[in-house]
Amino acid sequence: MRKISTFSKGGVHPADRKDLTCTKEIVRLPIPEIITVPFSQHLGVPAIPNVKKGDAVERGQKIGDAAGFISADIHSPVAGKVLEIKELFLPNGMKAKAAVIEVDQERSALTGKIENDWTQMDPQEMVAKVKDLGIVGMGGATFPANVKFTVPKGKKAEYVVINGVECEPYLTSDHRLMLEKGDKILQGSMMIAKMVDAKKIIIGIEKNKPDAMDNLERLIEQNSYPIEIQPLKLKYPQGDEKQLLKATIGKEIQSGTLPIDIGAVVSNVGSTFAVYEAITNDKPLIERVVTVSGGAIKNPGNFLVTIGTPIQTIIDACDGFSETPDKMIAGGPMMGFGFYDLQTPVMKGTSGVLALTKKESIKGEQSACISCGRCVQACPMGLQPTKLYKNIKKANYDTAMAMNLLDCKECGCCAFICPAKLPLVQSMRLGKRMSRKKK
Amino acid sequence: MSEELKDLRIESSPQIRHKDTTSKIMWAVIIALLPSGIWGVINFGWYSLVVIAVSIITAVALEYLFCRVLDKGSLLDGSAILTGLLVAYNMPPNVVLYVPIIATAFAIAVVKWSFGGLGANWINPALAGRAFVFFSWTGAMTTWTAPRSWAAISGASVDSVSSATMLSTVKTTLLDFSGTVDGPAQLLIDQGYLVSNFAQNISSWFSGTLNWDISPIHVDLFLGNVSGCIGEVSALFLIIGGIALFKKKIITWQIPLSYIGVFTILVWIFGGLDYGTGYFSGDIWFHLFSGGLMLGALFMATDMVTSPTTPKGMIIFGAGAGFLTFLFRIYGSLPEGVSLAILLMNIFVPMIDRYIVPVRFGTKKKRGAA
Repeated sequence: MRKISTFSKGGVHPADRKDLTCTKEIVRLPIPEIITVPFSQHLGVPAIPNVKKGDAVERGQKIGDAAGFISADIHSPVAGKVLEIKELFLPNGMKAKAAVIEVDQERSALTGKIENDWTQMDPQEMVAKVKDLGIVGMGGATFPANVKFTVPKGKKAEYVVINGVECEPYLTSDHRLMLEKGDKILQGSMMIAKMVDAKKIIIGIEKNKPDAMDNLERLIEQNSYPIEIQPLKLKYPQGDEKQLLKATIGKEIQSGTLPIDIGAVVSNVGSTFAVYEAITNDKPLIERVVTVSGGAIKNPGNFLVTIGTPIQTIIDACDGFSETPDKMIAGGPMMGFGFYDLQTPVMKGTSGVLALTKKESIKGEQSACISCGRCVQACPMGLQPTKLYKNIKKANYDTAMAMNLLDCKECGCCAFICPAKLPLVQSMRLGKRMSRKKK
Repeated sequence: MSEELKDLRIESSPQIRHKDTTSKIMWAVIIALLPSGIWGVINFGWYSLVVIAVSIITAVALEYLFCRVLDKGSLLDGSAILTGLLVAYNMPPNVVLYVPIIATAFAIAVVKWSFGGLGANWINPALAGRAFVFFSWTGAMTTWTAPRSWAAISGASVDSVSSATMLSTVKTTLLDFSGTVDGPAQLLIDQGYLVSNFAQNISSWFSGTLNWDISPIHVDLFLGNVSGCIGEVSALFLIIGGIALFKKKIITWQIPLSYIGVFTILVWIFGGLDYGTGYFSGDIWFHLFSGGLMLGALFMATDMVTSPTTPKGMIIFGAGAGFLTFLFRIYGSLPEGVSLAILLMNIFVPMIDRYIVPVRFGTKKKRGAA
């Protein structure tokens, strides 16, 4: 195993609370009677629906077509009938079209699996499968995977870095996948390496998952896979590709460029597993592992959930709430979105559903900035959140842009650490939106 | 939506926050300052408690007024109490009460609120208040009470002794001193400066059993058996409070260490010249434990509002304050230098923060702020 490492600049240490679910095996959740499948589950342009009210759909049928280069296909996770195409608000605040599907349980049952031999496939064929089956990054950003696996002309991939960091507190879905589906993830990473023609495969894992590390290490040795494990010190936001690449291959992505510019392709553990299933089993991205956790959940756990399942259903599977939650969150607590409607569906990027108590979320009174500089020291991008905040507050958007506001990726370190409890991330978002408007 | 979920809180990410808040930080500093203040009251008597109380009451009353009139800020964030406490700590124990009242009023009304309240002041309010009354009522600000331990020394009557501090005695003695003496501690003993019985015993115990030569002057300074401002005399209690704040991650090492480090090195190199012992012979322990150095370096220079935001900036700020304290104390006309040194460095903070910026991720070059 390689020597333990981490990224150098900034970062914070929120309590990880992974003990609530890290020993809970992934349980397959039955498909509910009615599901809601949004057509915008990825970064980029929403897919265009190709079904209408009353249409019968099959499990795995494409019901939404990718609209543009950065977009992804949407597949029906079940067999059944389209009740309606409606508009709904997603937790990220976007309005999106969604298909409401009445489930035909019998026809939705799992059938015999296809087993393709990926070693016989050529890379283009594999990338095409990833695209056709709607695979996106499942760590939260939901970037269409086929775009990532298509190396632009003139650039060369040297490394495939698999993101097993899972630096968001509470979440353990990737951790469980590494324990329960270790071999498939390792094979998935080799598929990616084949697609992008990279020589080296490195899996970055934070040291709070020693069992996952041991499991993968054992499998690598048994099968003599050409894969290395990079143990990492605990620090948020190590799961961001910029910090991950700094920690694993020691290179910094220059401001405004992409991982491929330093010869790297990054894929998260969940996506890598989806890639494996897409390529060997022809399975579209129609279900995912979701961690349901937080102090207000009676029995937290990890569930394999059909996309489109209302969150209410998985809360019920955890025996409901143990106390009234202060906040409901889709995703992790650092970058996830708050929501209030338990009918909100699980989507491709829903890595977790959290119900936090008042004690966990810590409201704290907002006060004036006391220039303590903690945000400056916590910013992993080397920005000065306090100065950006003050400029954006005064509507000096140009000044904020000149202070490299666009480098901010809204990881939340600054707002997490701020003793004045200022809405720093919110103001960064505002600043970006306003300066985009101006143009 | 179910009834129980109607109060769900929706806000921008991050959804969790660190437990430290502004008021928790303020209260932590107040608590860390308490041992030194309690010692001050023990050492100088109940009147010093009155000075502390009057300062805090003035601060809180004015803060309340400004919060109400301007409809901003919070009385309970502890910042006004902290300012009042720090003003009192910088007062002589027997000071006439209108002096701390005016100092506190200047700190809160002029320095803090005329610039917009918490976080907007550009110099330390407590130090500015002290400086204001120091130059206005210099007499009241430089009359000292003898420490409690002197009462036990035979032949000395505390009531009759209106003692000068060690630093001011050294300063006046050195004015027409020529010759050689082994540092300020010996100079004070030669002048007949009183040392406590306890310090005498400690000193002789060290030289007897461990063969360590420790001057009783150093022992008195470290413990706080000396005259001085209410909250500055005991280096021991201040260091305890400072370490507690460091452990709680309220303050970082950069400012105290660079301040004390630069000051110590300069005193060591040049501090011996006045005593005829040449370069590299300065009495660092005497200067570290005397005057307001510990209070300044640990509690005043580390004030977040008036210190830089980057670690590098903090080091420059601390080093500057250390250098200025050395200049004022060794070469200035006043015996003390800490408060003026910190105030002067406060003024440089915006400049430091403008030019000392973090290196951005993904860039090799440093970039100045716009």
